[in-house]
Amino acid sequence: MSFINYASREINCKIVYYGPGLCGKTTNLQYIFNKTAEEAKGKMISLATETERTLFFDFLPLALGEIRGFKVRFHLYTVPGQVFYDASRKLILKGVDGLVFVADSQDERLDANIESMENLQDNLEEQGMKLEELPFVMQYNKMDLPNLTPTEELSKLLNPRKVPEFTASAVTGDGVFETLKAVAKLILIDLKKGAGS
Amino acid sequence: MLGPQSTFVMYDEEFKRINFLIEKLLRESNSKVIFLVDKNGQLIAATGETEHLDTTSLASLTAGNIAATGGLAKLIGEKEFSILFHEGEKDNLHISIIGTRVILVIIFDQRSSLGLVRLRVKKASNELAAIFDELAKKAESETKPGQGESPFAEITDDDIDNLFS
Ligand SMILES: Nc1nc2c(ncn2[C@@H]2O[C@H](COP(=O)(O)OP(=O)(O)OP(=O)(O)O)[C@@H](O)[C@H]2O)c(=O)[nH]1
Ligand SMILES: [Mg+2]
Repeated sequence: MSFINYASREINCKIVYYGPGLCGKTTNLQYIFNKTAEEAKGKMISLATETERTLFFDFLPLALGEIRGFKVRFHLYTVPGQVFYDASRKLILKGVDGLVFVADSQDERLDANIESMENLQDNLEEQGMKLEELPFVMQYNKMDLPNLTPTEELSKLLNPRKVPEFTASAVTGDGVFETLKAVAKLILIDLKKGAGS
Repeated sequence: MLGPQSTFVMYDEEFKRINFLIEKLLRESNSKVIFLVDKNGQLIAATGETEHLDTTSLASLTAGNIAATGGLAKLIGEKEFSILFHEGEKDNLHISIIGTRVILVIIFDQRSSLGLVRLRVKKASNELAAIFDELAKKAESETKPGQGESPFAEITDDDIDNLFS
């Protein structure tokens, strides 16, 4: 649910990074944080365990610029990917305007990806939302590693509707901004259509 | 009423009235900072000694806090905990829910007291809730299809691309 403030001429949108544990959601946000100019970003908040696993969420506010005199802000969140944090994932999904699914392309994580995708759909449905109706992009992460499931196969299994998809390596930053830009664009197009209201 | 996907819209007139009310609440409760956040973590308004505060982070964490305690409430069969209070060494945090989707946060120190804050919040809450109700109705009537009033109706691909350049 975006927030349009005519008084301060701002628009805020919420983007959520979803995906199985250790797929690289937090790493995506860290890369974006590191590469974004000081004046365009706020503090990054990570509520994490001692071992740097996301416990509740990561949060990164970005103010990229203006459109038609309105300051456009994106609030980026990650969910905790570990299976047993499902209650927290549901909370983070509330009011989402756009979604990025980060898949872990390593062979041994194939089942975890599929499970996480089903979990996403269930959790959205529970709140009266549908993945098909939301701005949504796919990212196939960890492309720098060996033992990958071929991207075409990942795409067939995880992205039957062929939403915009990107290969990435969040540690090096490959594909990270392409992914963000794609989902941001879909959100703004959605606003334009007035579908968000 | 408002579905989960409805856009939250704020207009000049209501924004002024909201700010007027929280400034009054700030004075009458002797508190340091007051801010309003929507349940998704977006800052709506803030007043008081906010210069050294990271209000964006505060907003997001407050919403996370309310979301988490709301989840706890459901687990024990409560609808919601309508007031949260965190006591610090110097500053205290009073968090309450206004209507269904707005969170009121008050930071106060020894110049005030929990009793006073509670008392003032009670009255202000009703007034604020009324404004947010009006806002919801207004937003709903103004976003009916066919009324292309949205400033985003004319966004071009170039506008969007420029954001990332
Ligand atoms: N080689 C490689 N490692 C990566 C990549 N992306 C993330 N990692 C590593 O994978 C590990 C987990 O990354 P995180 O970003 O913390 O994963 P997450 O999805 O946030 O995990 P949860 O918080 O548990 O849901 C870290 O050690 C990262 O450095 C990548 O593209 N390539
Ligand atoms: Mg994480």
